Amino acid sequence: MIAEAGLAALWLATGFALMQVMLALGAARGADGKGASMVMKALRRVAIVQGLLALGAFGLLITLFVQSDMSVLLVIENSHSMKPLIYKIAGAWGNHEGSMLLWVTVLAVSGAGVALFEKRLATATLAATLGAQGAIAIGFYAFLAFASNPFVRVNPPPLDGRGLNPLLQDPGLAFHPPTLYLGYVGLSVAFSFAVGALLMRDVGPAFARAMRPWVLGAWIFLTIGITAGSYWAYYELGWGGWWFWDPVENASLMPWLAATALLHSVSVLATRDGLRAWTVMLAVVAFSMSMIGTFLVRSGILVSVHAFAVDPTRGTFILGLLGLYIGGALALFGARIGTVKQGATFELVSREGALVLNNLLLSVILGVVFIGTLYPLVAAAAGVQLSIGAPFFEKAAVPVGLALVAATACGPLLKWRRDQWRTLLGKLLAPVAVAGVIFAVAFALAGAEHWMALLALGLAAGLAVASVLPLVRRNLRRTPIAIWGMVVAHLGIAVSISGMAADSAFKSERLAAISVGQSVTVGPYRIELVEMRPVVGPNWSALEAHLKATRAGGTPFDLFPQQRFFANPPTNTNEAAIATKFDGQLYAVIGQGDGEGRWQLRLWWKPFVTLIWLGGALIALGGLLALIGRVRRERRDAENDA
Amino acid sequence: MRRVLIWAPLVLFALVFGLVASGLVTPADRTVRSAMVGKPLPGLDLKPLLASKPGIATADFAKGKPRLLNVFGSWCIPCIAEAPQLLALKRAGVEIDAIAIRDTPEAVQAFLARNGDPYARIGDDPTGKAQIALGSSGVPETFLIDGQGRIIDQHIGDIRAEDVPAILRKLEAAK
Repeated sequence: MIAEAGLAALWLATGFALMQVMLALGAARGADGKGASMVMKALRRVAIVQGLLALGAFGLLITLFVQSDMSVLLVIENSHSMKPLIYKIAGAWGNHEGSMLLWVTVLAVSGAGVALFEKRLATATLAATLGAQGAIAIGFYAFLAFASNPFVRVNPPPLDGRGLNPLLQDPGLAFHPPTLYLGYVGLSVAFSFAVGALLMRDVGPAFARAMRPWVLGAWIFLTIGITAGSYWAYYELGWGGWWFWDPVENASLMPWLAATALLHSVSVLATRDGLRAWTVMLAVVAFSMSMIGTFLVRSGILVSVHAFAVDPTRGTFILGLLGLYIGGALALFGARIGTVKQGATFELVSREGALVLNNLLLSVILGVVFIGTLYPLVAAAAGVQLSIGAPFFEKAAVPVGLALVAATACGPLLKWRRDQWRTLLGKLLAPVAVAGVIFAVAFALAGAEHWMALLALGLAAGLAVASVLPLVRRNLRRTPIAIWGMVVAHLGIAVSISGMAADSAFKSERLAAISVGQSVTVGPYRIELVEMRPVVGPNWSALEAHLKATRAGGTPFDLFPQQRFFANPPTNTNEAAIATKFDGQLYAVIGQGDGEGRWQLRLWWKPFVTLIWLGGALIALGGLLALIGRVRRERRDAENDA
Repeated sequence: MRRVLIWAPLVLFALVFGLVASGLVTPADRTVRSAMVGKPLPGLDLKPLLASKPGIATADFAKGKPRLLNVFGSWCIPCIAEAPQLLALKRAGVEIDAIAIRDTPEAVQAFLARNGDPYARIGDDPTGKAQIALGSSGVPETFLIDGQGRIIDQHIGDIRAEDVPAILRKLEAAK
């Protein structure tokens, strides 16, 4: 019954989405007055019901997984009755169909959120926005119903399921995809706002203010999702790296880059009524990147470590939706943006100028990642087979990224509209001095080999100083929360980049085959293989190494890396052992034995690597503070209006 | 200028759309082809793995008759599946040489005793260096070498029964 109810909820939601589009058309057509306000009221309610129905369908799918209902194909393929409860729940979105349902649910719920909370936007623009959101939803409901139905039954049911990929049986997974999807699909709201504004020729500060909290919210979730995903890959895959420039990672980075640019340009539009066309464009691009990312991952046209069940019909279906929505929005942009009047202008040396520079640099990085990700396809079309990896992305994107760090340091120090070079340079004195000293010290310590990483370290230190300067000579208790948000987020970028730079310049790696009783050194540590022993877990057994790590003058501590064997489905995974110290992480992976008592041991000492994710958390926290500040301000303004 | 810029995103998207659509209808070939196909064999000088057979030297391949060069390992399961086809090729008069990857004489001896011995020569490649020089990324792989010692084709994976006629045809054409 539950599966059928879930499917019914999906079809009903489709009906409501259809109704949402019709009502929006009606609201846009109809003149002002009582009729329009009634249509608007109905429109809001329909959007809310559609959100609730999608949420209900998703809840029912989770129920099926929790009950281990082995008559449902998706449960059979991705779950097992012996699995711990948390992974039964996570199994609901650890696969293609379930994660698409989650995707659509976020889409519908965001639409409901707009209907519920958006009070200040012009009625016609809001109606058009909700209509656009409904139109997107219809396409993806159809995709679920015709190409990815999560509620298919099997008769007769098997005795038990096949289990979830062991790599995914990790607390990180319970939380990584949902956060990432909230971010990806949350951007759909910005897209719909842009489409609504274009349709109603209403691109201005009010539209920007309405859109801003949604962009911020989606961006916060994206930041958390990417940070968590990076940490998950770092400790779960056992490769010692935290970013691999894999197409799926790039698919999450591209919307983040676009959303970051949008976040900054939307504040120019909201505060100064500038950058109108550009902001609309970015709002379209950000969600387009989410959809393209989803497509790249699901169609299997690019080789990635993130394997989804690949199916050409699904690929064709999503590609059709992409053509419809992205193509449609861009065509609308082309047709309408000419009628949008140019916004306020500004001097080159000004807050706006710095934000434009920020947008340009972010766009360049986005372009680099986009080209690097898709280039293998271009080459394949030309008959050449190649893959593009870290060396390309690092060479092409890192220098632009460093320029962006410098621009980030300058931006908040500039006044809106017009400022002087001399004032800016005066304010930059302290950050530049700190950057120079840190770079010089690091260079003296580490030499020229990793000069780019050392430069990044210096720039990050400079940014850290510059990012707190906006608080200097300010009454801290009266400083708006949004300013605190900006300070914390920029500081987070400095922290994160310090971690990346320290890891790439100072890490040491050691690969050795040793027998029990022998030891090797890595970085400041001497590591002894004390014992190899078997251990068992709830649904796995493992070979565990007992390592003792000693640092000169420190107390020894133990590490227990494992090679795990899962029975359902039969798979081996590496569980890295990671010891976090104040100045870095010791990372150990146990490999194959050679049959004569020697074991392959892979060790890394990664100085200050944790700063990468700590910085990511700070960036997200900064976003959260900014969001709280904006929402409180909006509420106050709304009360003043009333 | 402005008009052009306004439509640029749509044009760009149309290009990407076309590219991706073409990628979708022609699924990518995930096998890693050797860049050496069409070129002369790289310089190989591998010691004999077994006392009973000679090793592999590049000069041996330029003697006028096309040959097969099979890259295998006694530890490789698809190599067992491929053995009957190699024997059939041998019966059809094809001379087959082999490179044993990361292997030992005892293991290869046992492998050949169990699955039959189609090989004229077996070179020892204990570190996989010769395999990399050939541009081979796995076992089993079989290279078709013409009479002048040029690589004319590469068969990736085990040779199935249905592949045998095509291989014979190509060898015939290379004469």
